[in-house]
Amino acid sequence: MSESAEVMTFDNAAAMGLSRAEWDLIEKRLGRTPNLCELGIFSAMWSEHCSYKSSKKWLKTLPVDGPQVVQGPGENAGAVDIGDGLSAIFKIESHNHPSFIEPYQGAATGVGGILRDVFTMGARPVALLNALRFGDADHEKTRHLVGGVVAGIGGYGNCIGIPTVGGEVNFNKSYNGNILVNAMAVGLANSDRIFRSAATGPGNPVIYVGAKTGRDGIHGATMASAEFSDETESKRPTVQVGDPFTGKLLMEACLELMASDAVLSIQDMGAAGLTSSSVEMASKGGLGMEIDLDLVPAREAAMSAYELMLSESQERMLMVLKPDATETARAIFDKWDLDFMPIGKVTETGRLVLLKDGGIACDIPIGPLVDDAPEYDRPHHDAPARPVLTSQNLAGDKSVGAVLLEMIGHIDLASRRWIYEQYDSQVMADTLAGPGGDAALVRVHGSRRGLALTTDCTPRYVESDPKTGGMQAVAEAYRNISAVGATPLAITNNLNFGNPEKPEIMTQLVQSVTGMGDAARHLNTPVVSGNVSLYNETDGTAIQPCPVIGMVGVIDDVATAGGNAFTAAGETIFVVGQTATTTDGWLGASIYQAHYGDATIYAVPPVDLDAEERHGTFVRTHIVNGLITAAHDISDGGLAVAVCEMAMRSKLGADITADDDAISHSWAFGEDQGRYVVTTTDAAGLAAAAATAGIEVTKIGVVTDRQELKFGAADTISLAVLTEAYEGRLPALMA
Amino acid sequence: MTLSAMRVAIIVFPGSNCDRDMMVAIEQLTSRRPALVWHKETSLDPVDLVIIPGGFSFGDYLRCGALAGRSSVMHAVLDHAARGGAVMGICNGFQVLTETGMVPGVLIRNAGLKFACRNVDLAVCDTVASPFTSGLAAGQHLTIPIAHNEGNYFADADELRRIEDNGQVAFRYVAGAAFGPANPNGAANDIAGVLSPNGRVMGMMPHPERAMSPEQGGSDGALFMSKALEALVS
Repeated sequence: MSESAEVMTFDNAAAMGLSRAEWDLIEKRLGRTPNLCELGIFSAMWSEHCSYKSSKKWLKTLPVDGPQVVQGPGENAGAVDIGDGLSAIFKIESHNHPSFIEPYQGAATGVGGILRDVFTMGARPVALLNALRFGDADHEKTRHLVGGVVAGIGGYGNCIGIPTVGGEVNFNKSYNGNILVNAMAVGLANSDRIFRSAATGPGNPVIYVGAKTGRDGIHGATMASAEFSDETESKRPTVQVGDPFTGKLLMEACLELMASDAVLSIQDMGAAGLTSSSVEMASKGGLGMEIDLDLVPAREAAMSAYELMLSESQERMLMVLKPDATETARAIFDKWDLDFMPIGKVTETGRLVLLKDGGIACDIPIGPLVDDAPEYDRPHHDAPARPVLTSQNLAGDKSVGAVLLEMIGHIDLASRRWIYEQYDSQVMADTLAGPGGDAALVRVHGSRRGLALTTDCTPRYVESDPKTGGMQAVAEAYRNISAVGATPLAITNNLNFGNPEKPEIMTQLVQSVTGMGDAARHLNTPVVSGNVSLYNETDGTAIQPCPVIGMVGVIDDVATAGGNAFTAAGETIFVVGQTATTTDGWLGASIYQAHYGDATIYAVPPVDLDAEERHGTFVRTHIVNGLITAAHDISDGGLAVAVCEMAMRSKLGADITADDDAISHSWAFGEDQGRYVVTTTDAAGLAAAAATAGIEVTKIGVVTDRQELKFGAADTISLAVLTEAYEGRLPALMA
Repeated sequence: MTLSAMRVAIIVFPGSNCDRDMMVAIEQLTSRRPALVWHKETSLDPVDLVIIPGGFSFGDYLRCGALAGRSSVMHAVLDHAARGGAVMGICNGFQVLTETGMVPGVLIRNAGLKFACRNVDLAVCDTVASPFTSGLAAGQHLTIPIAHNEGNYFADADELRRIEDNGQVAFRYVAGAAFGPANPNGAANDIAGVLSPNGRVMGMMPHPERAMSPEQGGSDGALFMSKALEALVS
């Protein structure tokens, strides 16, 4: 019996993750029972990963517009105007499930996939970032997963030659069985030369370029839409294998071709491979597509229609060319030794027709595949109320210095050098500030302009209070960008949650998207692209929710940007956004609380978006005009950790004083939001500028040339000792 | 000859990824854009310096630089060197040069088994007459970044002795301001760069084209390259 004659049943559909209602809808729309290939196509397109069926209702509430937005959500990546006729094109995407099964390849192909999303738009990628979450440092799999993921990210980025300039990582036991690997890519293109994916012109040729199609990654999008279980190991064949060298060839060939006017539309073959690329191109153009599967370059003989359509082999693209441009295009792909194969044509039928072995392997209407994709309003409720931690001290009579020494070696605060030195952060020679700063700074090649880039999320805040946590992720990213002197422009988000069919998980998603939207609106940083990763659960236990924000900002002249290392002894240290009392300090949901063993989920520090905007604008303005000489946002670990990082990066010390003689733990380690540590040579000038702007600033000390931090009158700790703890933690874990 | 009259060719393999960076660096120093020469070429126009840039020439899934060392353009580079022409290989370019035998030794996996991207401190060595070191003082320190997975220089004891005796070691890793061990990859005798016996061909792991200005974090790469270019035109 031929493949197209195999009649499917609901059991087949259920095995592909479809519900009874979804199966019934497919039969109704087709007017018959689908064959294997058709069912595979429906199940992939209607998977959570491709259809956003659980999140779509809430994603629609996010702000996506603004004068800076050149391309909002819906294309391969978003685009914002950065001046001079240029756009920054960027997106973040998850590769969580594959990276847990096969960390090196999972992470590597995550990087490759997000790079393709960016250069598909006609942009040359200029930077990579990531956001990683691993299980407990002590968990038996953590070392293996950290090592593999970091090597995989480096393996792809280093080879293709795009610098990995920033990222973030946390460790928490909720990720023991389900790590998070989110990769972000940023590129640059002329705003009037951005390529989109809508197919145009019936009769125009559909061209397959890049690597050959193999049996790897088949039905990966469906795997990414299901929970994990003990049988996950059996899913290893659904992990794709990356080839960064071919990725490099494909990138160069596509950019070379896109410099001509041959390309009408282009789409990368990412999740659900040839299925999603052909369906999305035809759907966006309101047209149909006919593909002869016998012409698809295949790595193996006798691949079925189902396998060819559902393979997630990497480094492949689908494009519609002007009919007279085919030979020009072929010459470019020949130069780069890549496959170039016309495999079909755009049609007016509105149907996806696939030919194979002289017959029709698939004939389905594209409208229902896309428009009838289910959209669910899943049940959710109010977020649980959390108690406020009232204690100002969980660590007894330890000095601030002693606590700082313990905290600075905490797995979530310690130096990430072991990780980022495995990434080429400098290739392209425009990285002016790489990993280790508040935000990375990448020069726009050949100009004085710079892009400031960051990724951020604080999952313990989101777990405690998803709405504030969603807001805080945006606010902290906004602070990171402001702390280098750049103006925040827009965000991309990666929503990592558990099973949305559980109301408590759906609550996390709904509330955090709401908070994120509020913050993005208030801070004028619309969401231009993003990705949703649900079902991050293992054997029924969900991850700590992690809605990651990737933010892009711009600075007109990179010479005016600031860093987070002290610049000279004798400068005055201020906190922006804080009054002169030593009794405030929010310890609930802080690293300090976690470090001292209180596992209660307390209320999180409130986020005041108006204050965030005013403080950010103040810091940014005065970095650029030179009044502020160094700035660092206060986040995990609080004020003392921020000061310590500024000192360690500069080899300069600090004397920290407060109005009270005794510095409280809550003052030193509280995580109140909206604050920055800044330094200046002109203390009176800074105080006056703050008074004019109506901003609270407090002088907290002075930079010294002694290799130590001093808290109050007599509590000193040497920078060498702090640095050893800070730099030693990750190497000790990975040794 | 002035620097602006200098003819520089940069060899481009499909997986080269520091070719543009090197082109920009040379243009910064000479005000003249160097030629980019595709690996499928079989000849070179007369040039004063050939540069093999960093990257992953053919993916380096086999031994690094092994395929590039046997590509058609390299026959022309070998001819150029045989005529006494100057050749500089950076990082992957150094690996390619060792594959062709134009410089001695091989580059194996870093001792830490990890890719390493960071600043290193280098000392200029007392060498055989060479345009790549003649403008610098023996013992002078330079801070230049590395970014490689296979930069662990290896040669057997006899060969090491020979290149040391001949003054073919151009740069050595030394302790300095950079964080981490002075020798970042386990290289024999802390060797970061080596010369051909006649001093006209040099391979080095660090990337001078990434240290061209203070805003990039340092300009010792510009110092080294400007001295080398000046020596080549004089």
